[in-house]
Amino acid sequence: MSDTVKKVDGITKESTQKMIDKALEAYPEKGRKKRAPHLAPNDPGGGACVKSNRKTVPGVMSARGCAYAGAKGVVWGPIRDMVHVSHGPVGCGWYSWGTRRNLMSGKTGVSNFAMQFTSDFQEKDIVYGGDKKLAALLREAKELFPLAKGISVLSECPVGLIGDDINSVAKTMSKELDLPIIPCNCEGFRGVSQSLGHHISNDTIRDYIIETREFTEPPGPYDIALIGEYNIGGDAWSTKPLLEECGFNVKAVWTGDGQLENIAATHQVKLNVIHCYRSMNYMAKVMEEKYGIPWIELNFFGPTKIRESLRALAERFDDRIKENVEKVIAKYDPLMQKVVGEYRPRLEGKKVMLYVGGLRPRHTVAAYEDLGMAVVGSGYEFAHSDDYDRTAPEMPDATVIYDDASEYEMEQFAHQLKPDLVASGIKEKYLFQKMGLPFRQMHSWDYSGPYHGYLGFPVFARDIDLAVNSPTWKLVKSPF
Amino acid sequence: MANNLGLTVKPVTPITPEDEARVGEWINTKEYREKNFARQALVVNPAHTCQPLGAELAAHGFEGTLPFVHGSQGCASYYRSTLNRHFREPAPAVCSSMSEDGAVFGGQNNLHEGLENAYALYKPKMMAVFTSCMPEIIGDDLTAFIRNARQKGHIPKDFPAPYANTPSFNGSHIHGYDAMVLAILQTLTEGKRVEGRCTGKLNFLAGFDANTGNYREYKRLFEAFGIPYTFLADISESFDSPNDGTYRLYPGGTPLVEAADSINGKATLTVGPYATSKTYVWMRDEYAGKHASLPMPMGVVKTDAFLMKLAELFDKPVPETLKAERGRAIDAMTDAQQYMHGKKFAVYGDPDLLLGYVSFLLEMGATPYHVLCSKGSKKLEKEIQALLDTSEFGKAGKIYMNKDLWHMRSLVMTDPVDAVLGDTHGKYVTRDAKIPLFRFGFPIFDRVHRHRIPTVGYQGVINMVTEICNKFLDVVDETCDDRHFEMMR
Repeated sequence: MSDTVKKVDGITKESTQKMIDKALEAYPEKGRKKRAPHLAPNDPGGGACVKSNRKTVPGVMSARGCAYAGAKGVVWGPIRDMVHVSHGPVGCGWYSWGTRRNLMSGKTGVSNFAMQFTSDFQEKDIVYGGDKKLAALLREAKELFPLAKGISVLSECPVGLIGDDINSVAKTMSKELDLPIIPCNCEGFRGVSQSLGHHISNDTIRDYIIETREFTEPPGPYDIALIGEYNIGGDAWSTKPLLEECGFNVKAVWTGDGQLENIAATHQVKLNVIHCYRSMNYMAKVMEEKYGIPWIELNFFGPTKIRESLRALAERFDDRIKENVEKVIAKYDPLMQKVVGEYRPRLEGKKVMLYVGGLRPRHTVAAYEDLGMAVVGSGYEFAHSDDYDRTAPEMPDATVIYDDASEYEMEQFAHQLKPDLVASGIKEKYLFQKMGLPFRQMHSWDYSGPYHGYLGFPVFARDIDLAVNSPTWKLVKSPF
Repeated sequence: MANNLGLTVKPVTPITPEDEARVGEWINTKEYREKNFARQALVVNPAHTCQPLGAELAAHGFEGTLPFVHGSQGCASYYRSTLNRHFREPAPAVCSSMSEDGAVFGGQNNLHEGLENAYALYKPKMMAVFTSCMPEIIGDDLTAFIRNARQKGHIPKDFPAPYANTPSFNGSHIHGYDAMVLAILQTLTEGKRVEGRCTGKLNFLAGFDANTGNYREYKRLFEAFGIPYTFLADISESFDSPNDGTYRLYPGGTPLVEAADSINGKATLTVGPYATSKTYVWMRDEYAGKHASLPMPMGVVKTDAFLMKLAELFDKPVPETLKAERGRAIDAMTDAQQYMHGKKFAVYGDPDLLLGYVSFLLEMGATPYHVLCSKGSKKLEKEIQALLDTSEFGKAGKIYMNKDLWHMRSLVMTDPVDAVLGDTHGKYVTRDAKIPLFRFGFPIFDRVHRHRIPTVGYQGVINMVTEICNKFLDVVDETCDDRHFEMMR
């Protein structure tokens, strides 16, 4: 979306390619061949410069998760008023229990279900199948959690391998319990990353949920849905009120702090506002084709992108919305300027390396730039080509783009680029901190947040400053 | 096609505040507790996870060792991030990233490619291979696969690559730990037993213990005795490494040479009988010298037994410094006992930890009131019962075997206690019950550095007494009315 090509001092196409070639030297030939197309210098005008959405190369220490993680952790898990059953052995649900920070309203165990529900497969379930157990546990869930609006059944690896038929169980039990029971065949071995889990989950929303509820209020011209907003650290509690302040009725949030029935009635809205394109573009496109609902991709990180986004959104509506949006921008801009005024002098010229998922490797670039920082490398765990197309113009010229980076590659690049901040995930965090590099977790906002919207930017700026300028880093080198 | 379930189209109806209040009260009742305990199929908030996590922890305890997950890649990411969050440390591990074609053709190609890449990139001295669900279900033959890997040159012929079957649909993380330690020791010690040779050392195995402070505490005790030791599966440096600006992939672990020679040790001791049961049986048969398996030394009585066992195995008196330390622990207990006496606790966790918690509480005159294990056994139940029976303070204690933390919630809400001993996952129970949670177990995701503070030995007793009593005193100060807010407590 930027008009001018950004540059970073000292980074050229040649220097970046040299750095990539050096990192690839350590690989055996076959591994090198497979990894090489996933690493390249950015070409801001040229779209995707790397291959993506390919099988992970074994043994390289990828940061990727699986289809189940994409279904449970990302799409289904955040819906607050459903029981989400991790169907299979105990581990998958245990690891993904409370570890994404998709915050929820309501009372846990009563009206929200931020818990770990599992069928806890044992050897006998593998041998004899788990369908009967599934039926029994669905009855128990309905009895013990009567306010749950539905139940998702999220398959773990064994379920697909032993040939259980959760779809049939779900159909029978939906009738018996008069409750939506959504079978989601998101076994971890499917696909190449969590991305397929997003897609499968979108498909289950399409096949089982959408159109099964209707809003009771009459439709209005400003009815929208917020799609791909997962309420990490309370993000939706910043973006939803912001959109409401602009005059919109946000009828449903997919899926952060989400409600099943509102999601099911989303076919009645006028426009879908999509934040995380990667995980939810499928349903945005389905709703466009099937119900004629247009969608718009926005960015709520940092004042520059929020301003651009709100204006782009207003363009789709009448003067009333346009006026509201200008009023909102005029109200918040001075506040954001104050934040920039406080933190920019402390962060000016600092370099950042990003490696995240979904939307953040491109969407947060401008937010760092609002703070005077430069992003010198970026990449995704599970992106597709259309994500890299969208990333190219956001990133400075010739900076390194890495797809499904291995830990080895990230370490080599950091040695070379000497960033002042690495923004990535929990598996990367302590490696870089041991190198004496400031770090922020950018999946979970490092237990902080929100980072979205006008409420989020001051928190983001403060957090980046506290990471980069903590006096603790000055003590890393001992004087003796 | 939408609506595959054939649902009737209905209006959107939010949950009403009245319903929320009604059900919110209902789940705290005895009636709900009965329904909750009648569950046969659904597990809610279990306090244990799957085998491979324990296998990875064990693998990190050996020098230059790269844990290798054979299975789907999401598994590896889950284990790693769990260890990252608990220790706030790196947890480097690789994976064979099996996908659909693996389900059809088996995982050999992925395993071979993974071994070759990992060997080249991360230059390990050993790779410890363990399985997640997929290869277990399709029946991958690890013995053949690894033999073939050597033959085809993916790894050198003499490169140690122990492997363990750690199916997630069987046992829990403690069993994966056991299986991996056993495989590693079998591999490293193969052909190393020398008749007549004695290293003069103690071989020590702590079990699934995710408290790095405990490892350092054990070492301090051995050093106080002057007992030379080989600490097997020593994660203390791996998960508590210094920050000096250099990232080290393998910052610690038992030296492989030492682990190999451990088979010629003077004595072998384990203190996590439930997490090392198979390994211990094997060591007892194969290892030279004397052997002993004791409960985790938590509380005074179990620490006494531990030190006396060390004295016996090495024919050395308990050193004066430790006698003095015992005295200081008793002093801490007697000075603080009034703040714990008669208090009721709910406790949950791994079998070895549970036995320790129960022992310690009884010594303080507190009651382990609800004792819950989400992956236990008849043997464990008997052992805990026997422990409860040793004290008048254990009389009111009840054991709940193979129950989860949603059961625990019902217990605590209908039959209240003063506090819970467990791990981070208990925080929803204690928030609802408005009582303190003491995070002595695993995992701890929501407090910093608790895993560095020992819970074993006399020092562990002092630490636990201090933490628990001061929390109770905080609660008094925070909740008492103004007239009872006092300078002294």
